[in-house]
Amino acid sequence: MTTVISTNSTARRRRSFRPSPLLLTFVLVPFAIESIWVFWPAIQGVFFSFTRWDGLSAPVPVGFDNYVELAGDPVFRGALGNSVLWLVLFGGLSILGGFGMALALQRERRGVGVYRAALFLPVVFSMVVTALVWRVFYQPDGLVDQVLTAVGLEHLIRPWLADPETALYAVIIPALWRQIGYIMVLYLAGLKAVDPAVHEAAKVDGANNWQRLWHVTIPQLKGVNAVILSVIVIDSLRSFDIVWALTRGGPYHSSELLSTYMYSAAFQSLRLGYGSAIAVVIFLLALAVIIGYLVRAFREES
Amino acid sequence: MGRLRTGGYHTAMIGVSLLWLGPIIWVVVLSTRTFDDIATNGVGSLPHSFTLDTYVQAWTDGGQLQALINSLLVTVPAVLLSLGLAAMTAFALSRFRIPGRRTILLLMLAGNLLPPQIVLIPVSKFSELTGLYDTLWALIAVQVGFGLGFYTFVLHGFMRDLPNEIQEAATIDGAGVGQIFTRVILPLTRPALAALGALSFTWIFNDLLWAITVIRTEGTMPVTPALLGLQGQFVSSWSVIAAGTVIAAVPTVAVFLGFQRHFISGLAIGAVK
Repeated sequence: MTTVISTNSTARRRRSFRPSPLLLTFVLVPFAIESIWVFWPAIQGVFFSFTRWDGLSAPVPVGFDNYVELAGDPVFRGALGNSVLWLVLFGGLSILGGFGMALALQRERRGVGVYRAALFLPVVFSMVVTALVWRVFYQPDGLVDQVLTAVGLEHLIRPWLADPETALYAVIIPALWRQIGYIMVLYLAGLKAVDPAVHEAAKVDGANNWQRLWHVTIPQLKGVNAVILSVIVIDSLRSFDIVWALTRGGPYHSSELLSTYMYSAAFQSLRLGYGSAIAVVIFLLALAVIIGYLVRAFREES
Repeated sequence: MGRLRTGGYHTAMIGVSLLWLGPIIWVVVLSTRTFDDIATNGVGSLPHSFTLDTYVQAWTDGGQLQALINSLLVTVPAVLLSLGLAAMTAFALSRFRIPGRRTILLLMLAGNLLPPQIVLIPVSKFSELTGLYDTLWALIAVQVGFGLGFYTFVLHGFMRDLPNEIQEAATIDGAGVGQIFTRVILPLTRPALAALGALSFTWIFNDLLWAITVIRTEGTMPVTPALLGLQGQFVSSWSVIAAGTVIAAVPTVAVFLGFQRHFISGLAIGAVK
């Protein structure tokens, strides 16, 4: 850990350091901008969640009514369940896939750069682009159905995005297609920092590939894992684009996530108070992760 | 390592790569097929025709040109502004013992980690109140406000590790705070700025949620919502939609190819820091 650098070298002068007006501006202007567009709206968001509001007339305070209604709202419960499923499947599989690919492409050898680039290319696409690419595949005479027909599984064919049974999974696959390359890059960076000497020592001691992976590599990736896990949880709770672009949460809310339900409640049903309450739930779920993340960042800073 | 194993490895990896590249290639090919070809042979078939009219249609009738311009009008200023402002804060917080600097830094980072949903409604109302609603300015402001925390945090980590001697030498030579920032620290921070610049370009350019929250009029829409609109407009003209998709993807792919090294190191910053 590096120490914080200061232009003042003695402890006495440190204590009496008074930032110049220019330095104060450097800190305060960006902080003010973030306050206007993030901090203040976040506080307002919590406030709105205790109101009934159509966005035109003034918000009417209703206490905990929105939250009581949420507790009994089957669509909300479904969205909550889907968000958990999304976190487990999208998060879990992208970590497994990304880590697996990072292990496979870790060593510099011929062709590795091309494979990495191939896996990584979708990361630069927007979720909307990703969604439209896959929409073509899910078409009734699209590639998915053609492949199934070719291997004799045509009885499985269905309207993938329009069937409540399959819609959510049909959305997760393109999301994974894009996310695995991203997680792979994070793990590749982490694997670079693994000490090769320990690996060599374990090899000399007769540890096989699996033992070395389990007892040498993975323990050393603890830091990277913590970051990736936080990123995945926060990303999962935020996930919106891909679902919106493919199904808008439908059919019959079967692919609804908390984020899409919040958006449609607020901006389509114009129930801004109710939407705010959903947003607060998302916020509370994210908060646990954010605090964990900040504790880590705080330790690193000091 | 036998030759057989190496062969197996490459076969497997070529398979995986094709699985990843296949959809992209497929859509590019689809974008050059004629309407009749798709109507006769289906979207899933191999191409029987070649045309670039699809691009003209997406470009002009579909409004993709205007959307692309809108996206760039938002993305370029938003990237420059947020990185410039973040660099200022990071400089002040990392190189000077400003009281409460750690709290400020972490508060800013926390703001960036908030789920956008919690601020969506207030921000859309606030932009209405200030008259920014449905203008590209609203989108620029939101993107800057929401990105600042993370960029500041990353740049802070980078600037903190710069050697102190250079700054001391500049101070002895009579350089003020502003000069130290622009002439000494900023040039040394170039690699981090390049990485964050490439990364934030794709983030802002690819955003959908903010765009559909503060922009209403079709002609003001950036590329991502416009692409969704294109889908409604050209319902089963898959080749036109594919062409629109390619148009929407080109700028970020270009940035990726141009800044590949910076881009990847930018993504990795999060993992190693």
